[in-house]
Amino acid sequence: MNFNLSKEHSLLKTMYESFAENEVKPLASEVDEQERFPVETVEKLGRYGLMGIPFPKEYGGQGGDTLAYIMAVEELSKVCGTTGVIVSAHTSLCCNPIYEFGTEQQKKKYLPTLLSGKKVGAFGLTEPNAGTDAAGQQTKAVLVGDNYILNGSKIFITNAGHAEVFIIFAMTDKSQGTRGISAFIVEKGFEGFSIGREEKKMGIRGSSTCELIMENCIVPKENLLGALGKGYGIAMKTLNGGRIGIAAQALGIGEGALKEAIAYVKERKQFGKRISQFQNTQFSIADMHTRLEAAKWLVYAAAMKKDEGADYAKDAAMAKLFASETATFVTQRCVQLYGGYGYTREYPVERMMRDAKITEIYEGTSEVQRMVIASSLKVN
Amino acid sequence: MKIVVCIKQVPDTTEVRLDPVKGTLIREGVPSIINPDDKAGLEAALRIREQAGGTVSVVSMGPPQADVALREALAMGADEAYLVTDRAFGGADTWATSYTIATAVKRIGFDLIICGRQAIDGDTAQVGPQIAQHLGLPQVSYVEGIESIENNKLVLRRQFEDRYHLVEVELPCLITTLGELYEPRYMSVAGVFDAYREKEVKKLTFADMEAELDVSNIGLKGSPTNVKASFTKQPKGKGEKYNTDADEAVEIIVSKLREKNLI
Repeated sequence: MNFNLSKEHSLLKTMYESFAENEVKPLASEVDEQERFPVETVEKLGRYGLMGIPFPKEYGGQGGDTLAYIMAVEELSKVCGTTGVIVSAHTSLCCNPIYEFGTEQQKKKYLPTLLSGKKVGAFGLTEPNAGTDAAGQQTKAVLVGDNYILNGSKIFITNAGHAEVFIIFAMTDKSQGTRGISAFIVEKGFEGFSIGREEKKMGIRGSSTCELIMENCIVPKENLLGALGKGYGIAMKTLNGGRIGIAAQALGIGEGALKEAIAYVKERKQFGKRISQFQNTQFSIADMHTRLEAAKWLVYAAAMKKDEGADYAKDAAMAKLFASETATFVTQRCVQLYGGYGYTREYPVERMMRDAKITEIYEGTSEVQRMVIASSLKVN
Repeated sequence: MKIVVCIKQVPDTTEVRLDPVKGTLIREGVPSIINPDDKAGLEAALRIREQAGGTVSVVSMGPPQADVALREALAMGADEAYLVTDRAFGGADTWATSYTIATAVKRIGFDLIICGRQAIDGDTAQVGPQIAQHLGLPQVSYVEGIESIENNKLVLRRQFEDRYHLVEVELPCLITTLGELYEPRYMSVAGVFDAYREKEVKKLTFADMEAELDVSNIGLKGSPTNVKASFTKQPKGKGEKYNTDADEAVEIIVSKLREKNLI
């Protein structure tokens, strides 16, 4: 048992920190305020390898591991939750299923441009009437000659407005229930595919969240991802991995807010004292730091378990459940320490509090995580 | 072209705070970084390699912990790294340091040596020029721009206070670079993994270089510098604050300057 980072992970952390500080932090407030997807950051993320961390070099990846990847999401999210989720959704939800379930031909075709960040990826599972109940897919895919014809729509798709490759789930045989769901690799330019309206959100406002519309969308049959009827399993396995990414995003948001708050309480004076001298502040900060450290080890442990090839579904669920609720707890406490200033957009904790909430909702709500954990304990 | 870049691991002085009681630097917990002028020099080397081909070797003299600075250089894209390290080299001043590094660089081989102008912890700006002297090389210090690299010649912009010189120099030579020369790139993720998995930091110890070294020029004993005394500068007073209009402010400033016989 060793809780120290390896030398390479320590050096990576230094790199992520300086990248986040110099390239991401200066844009965070503007990206939020203007609800602007930071395309210039994505280009830089690609240049330095952050869009393809846990994949082998033969497909254009960086030859890293899950821990290295989620540490990047954590460091980026410390300064900008939007940038954290761009990397997380791209890596976990698009690149990863292609890498894990794709044919050699699909990997060679799609991974190099995705992993270098030249193209951004997204994942389309959620529908207006199939959220947590993902089995209720209404999008249909019918094989006609050499193509599948897709009809239906998806909502709340992260990265959608700027993505070029989508993993789309659709019913290929409704009579089979979840065994009738299949996964497809859909390119933005395919006939019949279009991006719908963009959501106006509470937080992660620079992240592009859109509807996807498929009207007789023509998908070549070689773009079926995994076997026919295996889509539901692919979606669930993909989300298990994605949860570690979102847990890392939540952890980063919480850590970032606490760092800001610690600097603030050392400066701000009331009653002739720095507010850091009041025990209320000290206890509050001690609680926040303790919870964040606990969250960190849950998140890192889940990542390391995935890297070991062990079953990590429960670990990922616990990491996401605890880290996301911690992010909400911590950011709200931080706003409270700032008092009235914390409620204004002059300070970043207000944005961080809004960004934190989504981590309890997407890629499986906290309730879903509890279901996963309980069921893995065979409590049902 | 074989480029050798000399780097030093230094405490990040932007993170160093003063102990308010003792008046000394609090070095504890201060991260170590590659000296900024050296990092710009490494960036220059990587750009020259991209343009003209060749290899970039990085050399550092220091304790074993300097390994991480060399790994960072590898992760930025350097081809190979050498750590000149031995207790026998400890306590060296700039003379002994430059002599030891010059000996190491000679062994490694070079067409161009790049050093940062000066280190943020010592600020002497002596080691680079002294390496050139030990090796009998032409040197251009304070390089703020690289204009061209052609036919074995470099055209460099050398900074002065109020102007710059364009200097042409033939290889082999040594240059010292300013931090402003180039914004250094970040390490890449794959670069970090390669730095630990594919590449190595080769150690050069006293035993490795014994045959080439003149023992009277190394370490504390080979250092002609003697520190007679060191003292902590008294911090200036707090200053006085006046909240007043411009006219009165001018009068106050003028009278204060007169008081101190400054005008």
